[in-house]
Amino acid sequence: MTANEHLIRDLVEKHGTNRTALIPILQGVVETKNFISDTDMTEIAKELDLSAAQVFGTATFYSFLSTEPLGKYVIRVCKTITCDMHGKRTIIQTIEEMLKIKVGETTPNKKFSLLETNCLGWCHEGPAMLINEKPFTGLTHERVHDIISDYISKL
Amino acid sequence: MSKKINLTIDGIQVSVDEGTTILDAASKLNIHIPTLCYHEDLCVAGNCRVCVVEQENSRTLPAACAMPVAEGMLIHTNSGKVRVARKHIVELLLSEHNADCTKCYKNGICELQSLASQMLTGDHMFLDLVPDKRYTIDRFNSAIIKDDSRCIRCQRCVRTCEELQSVSALGVAYRGNKMKISTFFEHPLFEVVCTNCGQCVNRCPTGALIERNYVDQVWDAIYDTSKHVVVQTAPAVRIALGETLGFAPGKIVTGKMVTALKRLGFDAVLDTDFAADLTIIEEGHELLERLKSALVDKDPRVALPMATSCSPGWVKFLEHTFPELLPNLSTCKSPQQMFGALVKTYYAKKKKLDPKNVVSVSIMPCTAKKFEADRPEMRSSGYKDVDYVLTTRELAIMITQAGLEFEKLPDSHFDSIMGASTGAAVIFGTTGGVMEAAIRTVYELVTGRDVPFEDLNITPVRGTEGEVREATLLITKTKPEFRFLEGVELKCVVANGLAYAKQVMQNVKDGTASYHFIEIMACPGGCLGGGGQPIPTNKEIRAKRKEAIYKEDMGMPLRKSHDNPDVQEIYKDFLVKPLGHKSHELLHTHYTPRKRY
Amino acid sequence: MSESKLKRVDLIFGEYSSVKFKVLADTLKRSNEDILEDLTESGLKGRGGAGFPTAIKWKYAAETPSKEKYVICNADEGEPGTFKDREILTRVPRKVFSGMAICGKVIGAQKGFIYLRGEYQFLMPELKRELEQYNEHMSKMGFDFPIEIVLGSGAYICGEESALFESMEGYRGEPRNKPPFPTTYGYMGKPTVINNVETFVNVVMIMRLGPIQFKLLGTSDSRGSKVFSVSGDTPIPGIYELELGMPLEKFVEEFGDGDTKAVQVGGAAGFCVPRKKFTETVIGFEGVPTGGSMMLFNSSRSMYNVLHNYLEFFEEESCGQCTPCRVGCQQLRKGIVAVKKGDKQSLYLDQLMKLAESMKISAKCGLGQSVANSFSSIVYNFREEMIY
Repeated sequence: MTANEHLIRDLVEKHGTNRTALIPILQGVVETKNFISDTDMTEIAKELDLSAAQVFGTATFYSFLSTEPLGKYVIRVCKTITCDMHGKRTIIQTIEEMLKIKVGETTPNKKFSLLETNCLGWCHEGPAMLINEKPFTGLTHERVHDIISDYISKL
Repeated sequence: MSKKINLTIDGIQVSVDEGTTILDAASKLNIHIPTLCYHEDLCVAGNCRVCVVEQENSRTLPAACAMPVAEGMLIHTNSGKVRVARKHIVELLLSEHNADCTKCYKNGICELQSLASQMLTGDHMFLDLVPDKRYTIDRFNSAIIKDDSRCIRCQRCVRTCEELQSVSALGVAYRGNKMKISTFFEHPLFEVVCTNCGQCVNRCPTGALIERNYVDQVWDAIYDTSKHVVVQTAPAVRIALGETLGFAPGKIVTGKMVTALKRLGFDAVLDTDFAADLTIIEEGHELLERLKSALVDKDPRVALPMATSCSPGWVKFLEHTFPELLPNLSTCKSPQQMFGALVKTYYAKKKKLDPKNVVSVSIMPCTAKKFEADRPEMRSSGYKDVDYVLTTRELAIMITQAGLEFEKLPDSHFDSIMGASTGAAVIFGTTGGVMEAAIRTVYELVTGRDVPFEDLNITPVRGTEGEVREATLLITKTKPEFRFLEGVELKCVVANGLAYAKQVMQNVKDGTASYHFIEIMACPGGCLGGGGQPIPTNKEIRAKRKEAIYKEDMGMPLRKSHDNPDVQEIYKDFLVKPLGHKSHELLHTHYTPRKRY
Repeated sequence: MSESKLKRVDLIFGEYSSVKFKVLADTLKRSNEDILEDLTESGLKGRGGAGFPTAIKWKYAAETPSKEKYVICNADEGEPGTFKDREILTRVPRKVFSGMAICGKVIGAQKGFIYLRGEYQFLMPELKRELEQYNEHMSKMGFDFPIEIVLGSGAYICGEESALFESMEGYRGEPRNKPPFPTTYGYMGKPTVINNVETFVNVVMIMRLGPIQFKLLGTSDSRGSKVFSVSGDTPIPGIYELELGMPLEKFVEEFGDGDTKAVQVGGAAGFCVPRKKFTETVIGFEGVPTGGSMMLFNSSRSMYNVLHNYLEFFEEESCGQCTPCRVGCQQLRKGIVAVKKGDKQSLYLDQLMKLAESMKISAKCGLGQSVANSFSSIVYNFREEMIY
């Protein structure tokens, strides 16, 4: 059994094989490897007795269930109006310059992905972003510089 | 009795059963509310919103297809608000749609087009969104073409694939402006679990899902004087073809169809019925052989129950879904492929033709037959056994193209050889038909007597839509060589629609059901509801087709496959005996497991 | 200015009672009829935005016979400009659990779920700790009502109740046809009460103070207080609990930066109120309702950009199943771009206004229906900004 098959088998053991288990299992895969590959999906479909297209259709509905490879750290910068008004563009630029990638891209070392996302619920402390599930708010050029540097140093 | 609900639609009072939708209540008053995502065979989606109506004292316009009636409701189906909203909705659909109608296969029979024409669209009310969409067309499949640029996302196909067929090769993917109908990971259809059954094609309101048509190739073959073009027609075609050519559902048009085919220029118009009868002989003997191995020789390797193999959608479904049960599938090819293999061998020899100059065309109620004809297993004549498969719909197109006034055509008879038919072959077109035909023959083989049913009508195996039909037949007073079947209760099961097939096979796999013989047809109602049949389709239409099939059976002078003179002749002249060497070479095959995922 | 200050209320975030889960324990001893009567009397309306009377919702669910019923707390707070539920779940989660348990008792449900938006996953560890304590207390009280947290995965539409059920059941979050409504056919097809986070807390407050005192707050149409999420061009962004039924003018006086030109009430799905209408606008169910989102814009902001941002949001967050919403959102956004660029005449805005009106009445769910709110109010009030 491959590592992936192990992962999915474990998730199935934890969440069961009912349809209600599908999203928790997909979330579990994302938590471990940040995206859901085609073989993950077929494996899950097999375990839950679903068609592969059904699993694919469900996964692609949700922004956080990526079916494309993403880096170890997924940076999601809020693009909704108040964050936009308070300097989202600067934040994006800072990250783009530091990581040498554009929005929607992943660094060649597969460590960081930069994405934009809809309202994160930190409008009073914008601009805001998530790195994986962790929120960072009140971002400025300097602050985001420090945060990203910190992540880079942790690699 | 259910409760009655009183409401008013367009000023007319109506009383209907509780739970009725506004759509159905209006239709009782002969008010036709337009629909797109709604389809009688499927669960209600309520997503296209074309059927919105105005309900007094409601802020919003409910969808008539999804809204149940309520006491005292006041509904307006054609108010100003409704008309504006509907027109907007159709305009929105058009703005996302490649509306290049003259280049579309469904031109003239498209539901969106007809709504657009009704609503006098055309003033480019909104921006054209098509250039920004990266629509793709999947043309890589031999049976079905999926063109996303024509798709209106009504999800009829998705519901069909899931509810009727339990295949779910198609699903809804992505969200918002990117939402689309997609296979797994947007793979082409030939790479996924699609069975090519074509039920989605039957229900697609636009040209997003269509059969791959071979009309021009067939014309070219006809025009090529060096070719001898043979056409075979499946049993379910003759009872449905009329629907696209001016007749009401349920009209038997066998004679006119034969005349039309001759007028189109086919060199020989033959009958798949002949091969259906042949299938019964081969399959009947195969069943008896398997039963003997199991009961007398106690051979543990023999796979029982035995399942029919005439429906190529079903065969591919089994390959994907229950590959471990493939040994249970009869090794008999489908009638189409038996016919094809014989056309380029037996027929060519008899007619003194060089098989390389014979073009074999079949007219089928089916899209999966196109895929079947392309299988590598189907070249046992040394050539492609069936060169082109046309659906009932494609034949109708050819007839129209040729300018034939179908309704006025005289009747004529199939050519010979391989043109003779029996009632047993005719009923191949409906669910339960293969089972009934097989029992008519097998019972007589084993006992020397006719089946103990009035007029040979084995009603217990006559399946209906939406059910799995089980039946048993007690065998007594057998002939000496079939003593091993004395007192045996032959257990049969009949299912149509892959959702039911899945149930049956799951039971077989789990060992919770013990059958001897299984008949499965991939499509609702059997071939009469096939993916290549005239559009529209619904239960009522299919019921009419079914009636026609049984009527045709009753009207045939011969009702049992083994009485077919052409079949008797081919065994004498060519095949020698059922399951003989030649049969195995030409009429039987094996299938191979495919991935479900 | 100081005397015109809006009255601050301290109910929602007020301190817990000194005895843990006291309100819950007391309420569980009361009869269901009593509880419902208090709720009815209080006039409490749902705090998610739609404002359906809570007592009626609970009564419907209580009256529907079923062995299996559910209580669901909608914490899929995705409306742009709203962050109150996060704050409530961070600061007073126990009140949320208590409200859910009271609901469970009243309607006869066996289980509760909190559907927490994926963006708030970081709250999970703390919430789980709190839940453990809650469960412990419940077993002590001899009342079995387990609560589970279900995590969303990034989809605004899942805040729509029937889409939320679909998501919980493992499907794409596509809204269902209604009727049937959740109180008869909800999660897993069973009678379900689904309420906003804040609504459950309000229930607990009503149980604690009694309906009379609750009613003293707000106006006759909008009883009680409300947690507001204030953002945008304001010197004091944040969470504020205020009385319902307040005039927008007063709100702007207190929260604006002195140059407020518009307030977007209720998020992207809400209404844009321009300066000239501040005086006549009341925040509440009798005026402009809101789930709590108050976004202020000063005169340096382009309302075209604001609208474009909202429409882009809807274009992506629409589930995509129904025509008016899926295609309508694309047309509205591309339409205003075309007008701005001069590719379409300004009269095209009128065409789009009519389209928005059609979306409002013909879309399948509240999301599609509400796109027109911001579109029409912004285009109507700031037409020049759309063109020049």
